[in-house]
Amino acid sequence: MKPDLRNSFVADLQKAQIIVRREFNAPKSLVWDCHTKSELLDQWFAPSPLTTRTKSMDFRDGGHWHYAMIDPDGQEYWGRMDYKTITPKDGYTLQDGFSDATGAVNPDLPAATWVVTFAALGERSLVSTVVSYASAEALQQVIDMGMQDGLMSTMERLDALLVTLTA
Amino acid sequence: MDNNGARLDTVFLAFADGTRRAVLQQLGRGPASVSDLAAPFDMALPPFMKHIKTLEAAGLITTRKQGRVRTCEINPDAHAAVEHWFQHQRSQWSSRYQKLDRLLETLKGKSR
Repeated sequence: MKPDLRNSFVADLQKAQIIVRREFNAPKSLVWDCHTKSELLDQWFAPSPLTTRTKSMDFRDGGHWHYAMIDPDGQEYWGRMDYKTITPKDGYTLQDGFSDATGAVNPDLPAATWVVTFAALGERSLVSTVVSYASAEALQQVIDMGMQDGLMSTMERLDALLVTLTA
Repeated sequence: MDNNGARLDTVFLAFADGTRRAVLQQLGRGPASVSDLAAPFDMALPPFMKHIKTLEAAGLITTRKQGRVRTCEINPDAHAAVEHWFQHQRSQWSSRYQKLDRLLETLKGKSR
């Protein structure tokens, strides 16, 4: 690993948290736009080989983003982000839940809270994302689901691909 | 893969306690006897043995008894299951952000 302290990925099992810090070679306002405009989110949010398609987005306090991640076979995985607080260009918090094609959030499945913050580093910028589940058990439920619904197998293929590409 | 869910469940519970985490940390330095592991804790042996049994049930450690001494050892396979899940999360974020890197380059090119 490169000794770059500004990029880090930490998964804390006890706190049921994932903390991702990533530096981008672009000004903060541009990175902010990529996170908050659906036509830009659609171009990067889903990890390869999945693609993203926004069904509806209303970026404001109390608004939401309803989207699908689509695998190469056309299978759709629906998600819904509900924005809680927005501080323009500096950050936002949201609730990340499992939904269906109509946008209804499944109340039986654990939602995660995301706290996303943006910092300027001259012409570069730093994005920090803290994803928190209510408990270790809630996180566990999400892991089990991933294994059941086939998303995991897609991801396993992706993992294998990434290993090939970085070899 | 089918068994991973059930096993991860016990693994999470095993991690959810300070005493058990401290025991795992200690065993990360090498095998140790139950009495040596219990020494730093202000706890009677029976409740301490419960923690050892929980860790063993989660597959995180193995124990073997020789004479009157029970020795505990970390089980690297169980840690691999949890590690695998985190690696998967890491690769997801990595892939997503590589796409964002490319998008940002494109957008910067346009604004010049």
